[in-house]
Amino acid sequence: MVIMTLDLIFFLALSLIAVATALGMLFSRNAIYSALFLVLNFITVAVFYLLLGAPFIAMAQITVYAGAIMVLFLFVIMLLGAEALPTTEVLPWQKPLAGLLAATLAVEATFIFITRARPEGGIVAPDIAVNTVTNLRELGNTLFTQYLLPFEVTSILLLVAMVGAIVLVRKEKRVH
Amino acid sequence: MHLAETVNSGFFFLAPWLVFAPVVGLLINLIFGKRLSETMIGTVASLASGAAFVISVLLAYSVSVNHGEVVRWQLAEWIHIGTLQLDWTFRVDSLSTTMMLVVSGVGTLIHIYAIGYMHEDVRFKNDVGRYARFFIFLNLFIAMMMILVSGDSYLMLFVGWEGVGLCSFLLIGFWYELDTLGRPSWANSNAAKKAFIVNRIGDFGFLIAAFIMFWAFGSFQFDEVFEAAQHAAPGIILAITLFMLIGVAGKSAQIPLYVWLPDAMAGPTPVSALIHAATMVTAGVYLITRSAELYTLVPQAQYIVALTGAVTALFAATIAVGQYDIKKVLAYSTISQLGFMVAAVGMGAFVAGMFHLVTHAFFKALLFLSAGSVILGLERGHHHAEHAHAQAHHNNKHIKGKRKEERQGNAHEEVFDPNDMRNMGGMRKTMPVTFWLYMIGTLALAGIVPFAGLWSKDEILLDASLHYPIVYWLLSIAAFFTAFYMGRQIWMVFFGEPRHAAAAHAEESPRVITVPLMVLAVLSVIGGVLNLPFQGFHNLGHWLEYTLHEVEALPLNLGVAGISTVLALLAIAASWYIYGRNQLRAGEVDPLKQRLGAFFTGAENKWYVDELYHAIIVTPFAKISQFLADVIDWRFWHDWFHETVIAGTYNWVSNIALNRYADQRGIDAVANGLGDVTQWFSTILRKVQNGFVRSYALSVLLGVVLIVGYLILK
Amino acid sequence: MVPVNYYIVLSAILFSIGVVGVLVRRNALIIFMSVELMLNAANLAFVAFSSVIKSFSGQIFVFFVIAVAAAEVAVGLALIVEIFKSKRSIDVDQMSSLKG
Repeated sequence: MVIMTLDLIFFLALSLIAVATALGMLFSRNAIYSALFLVLNFITVAVFYLLLGAPFIAMAQITVYAGAIMVLFLFVIMLLGAEALPTTEVLPWQKPLAGLLAATLAVEATFIFITRARPEGGIVAPDIAVNTVTNLRELGNTLFTQYLLPFEVTSILLLVAMVGAIVLVRKEKRVH
Repeated sequence: MHLAETVNSGFFFLAPWLVFAPVVGLLINLIFGKRLSETMIGTVASLASGAAFVISVLLAYSVSVNHGEVVRWQLAEWIHIGTLQLDWTFRVDSLSTTMMLVVSGVGTLIHIYAIGYMHEDVRFKNDVGRYARFFIFLNLFIAMMMILVSGDSYLMLFVGWEGVGLCSFLLIGFWYELDTLGRPSWANSNAAKKAFIVNRIGDFGFLIAAFIMFWAFGSFQFDEVFEAAQHAAPGIILAITLFMLIGVAGKSAQIPLYVWLPDAMAGPTPVSALIHAATMVTAGVYLITRSAELYTLVPQAQYIVALTGAVTALFAATIAVGQYDIKKVLAYSTISQLGFMVAAVGMGAFVAGMFHLVTHAFFKALLFLSAGSVILGLERGHHHAEHAHAQAHHNNKHIKGKRKEERQGNAHEEVFDPNDMRNMGGMRKTMPVTFWLYMIGTLALAGIVPFAGLWSKDEILLDASLHYPIVYWLLSIAAFFTAFYMGRQIWMVFFGEPRHAAAAHAEESPRVITVPLMVLAVLSVIGGVLNLPFQGFHNLGHWLEYTLHEVEALPLNLGVAGISTVLALLAIAASWYIYGRNQLRAGEVDPLKQRLGAFFTGAENKWYVDELYHAIIVTPFAKISQFLADVIDWRFWHDWFHETVIAGTYNWVSNIALNRYADQRGIDAVANGLGDVTQWFSTILRKVQNGFVRSYALSVLLGVVLIVGYLILK
Repeated sequence: MVPVNYYIVLSAILFSIGVVGVLVRRNALIIFMSVELMLNAANLAFVAFSSVIKSFSGQIFVFFVIAVAAAEVAVGLALIVEIFKSKRSIDVDQMSSLKG
């Protein structure tokens, strides 16, 4: 009971942090603050991954998402000087309606998952988390055999994205 | 077929060619008329008529070979509806062949005459192109008359009856835009209209008789009608015969429907001779003769017919005494002689009537054609006189003081009437051949022995004296007048001095005109042979006996014959006394006017019958029709009803109701309204695309929420 | 033992917050970051289920999601930079020239 309660407390605490950082990202006036809040959120989610027995994904999350993507975001925020402050609100109903609808969505989703979805068993996280190396090996195996094609395609996708990003910011050659 | 066989069984198969030969002739002239010469056109028409004559001879021969047996040759079925069976059948018997021979024989002679006559007439009237039309109409007339006399039923007879009425109209109004003097006028076409309309009144009577016949007996065919009539109520027969009398009065110009015939003299002279003397007007007499079996059943009707004929004979004869137009005298003479014929057949003396019909055809045609020759002679003389005058003026032009109007041009202002006997005189010297021919015709008409007219007229008088004394007296007085006016005519036209330059310069007619006249003259002389009242000579009587079955062959009665001859001679002597002794000079009044005063004036003005008809019938009719046309038809029907009611309503319906309300406010409103609604709707919807991505995303979220909600609730 | 439902609820809440972020914020970069948040929430759900059914499919999927998100961010940010060059602003409300 104590362990379960601990699990639960842990979970609740972490989820509180996750939601708080998400809300922080949402409500910050400063874009840098929003980005940093998001980074915190990602880290929290990475911890969740660990709890769920996906260590590789957790590391990948931190490395790629929090490390690379968010850094990229920060670069661009600093480049663009994120304060775009405005003028009058052109869509007055947007905020209330969006809030309402999102809340509705959340309630609906919660409702579904609580009343309908009944998966067997709960989470037995720590056991798997022990065999980190085995987990990784298995993951790699599956990745390179069963999901080889998506893997290769993804690599091409990354190549294309890279080329695309470069092409997009290229200066037009002036014709003399 | 071997000729002998044909000869024995008869040439009856030729019967339809009686009608078709003239039709072929008219078609040739109609189609090729423009390309043929005048002689060719006339020859074609005369050959067509001649072919009909040859066929008539052959048919008569066939009838005699078959001992007068009636032959009915069916050409075509016409109307077959239920029990109604009407066919075009040719009836070849002795009566119809008699008529066929007269019509085609005299007709052919007149065709030949017309070749020469029309040649000059179209030149006097300045319209050479109309030559062919004349012969087309003449051939059409022969065809129609043949249909009339060869018909086997009252219906076919009526077809021919109407057809000859049409041809009469066409030919009277031949020069439709002129009057008899050649001036532009309505006169000729009015005369043609008068003929047609008055005939129509007669036709109305005929039709009523035909309807009664059909209603009572169920057929028009002669044999069936006569058979059924034997058992019918006398009232019906009386009605039929009296209505038929109206038809006869119209076609054969009896009182009261004779008024069209004098006016019909507006047509060219061959027309007057053929149609209005020899053939068409005799159709009424033929009708009564054909209906002999009906008439003999009702003696009252016979009496009325006989009286009508006798009164007409006398009435017309008195009018003829006062006429100045050479053709009008002959026209009234025709009416008078038709009265003789109608009286004869009315009395039941059918043979006498038919005999007079045949002889009258000969000498009346002769008289008319000779009168035509005289008229042409006067026209030629007038032409020559004008040229001489013009020459003289040409030479006199430079002389001042001469009558100005004569210097002003070659055309004379004076109107010259070639028909007026007061312009004639002394023609005996200028046109000798015509003179002798006219003499023969006159003697035949007056009834001087041994000319044909005597025998036929005498037979009528004899029959009248035996059965109907009143008729006898009326006809005798008419015979007196007949001889008188013919004598007057001879003295005025041929004797004395010419009263006009035209008469002085008149020329004799060419042979193509005089030769047919000579043939007719011969027939007028010897025609009496047809039915001499001596034992063994009643040829026509025997011939017609085949058809009429009951023929009273009377021997010559010297008393009657003697009285009529004396009367005729007295009349001629009287006319010589008045006209022959002291010849009329130009511009003098008719001497009889002084002696008889009012009587002569009355006769001169036709006893004002035309004026009476005009006042009683024509003027009210014109007023009524004017009223109907103007007020009822135009102002009421057209202006009010059509324009205001119908057109107005229609316009209202279409413009106001349909256009404004239904279409514009109704349908357009709906159609435009739909468009407007769509526009309004789209204007509203357009605001959804406001360019803000956030709002689009909101809509997506909204959709997601709704779908998920639906899935939850499902 | 934490029932998987709790993870799913958390994922739903995070997703909703991301949705609100996309809809409410006007800064293009913040919107982009909210999209990343939504992707993240989905990843969380994937991994949670993967641990329940004891299969690697979920984790591999998340792997690919992360890779694709990276590519997407690269290109997306390049675009935002380009837009900034012409419009001198990254306020999405000012990019409404497709207004109908």
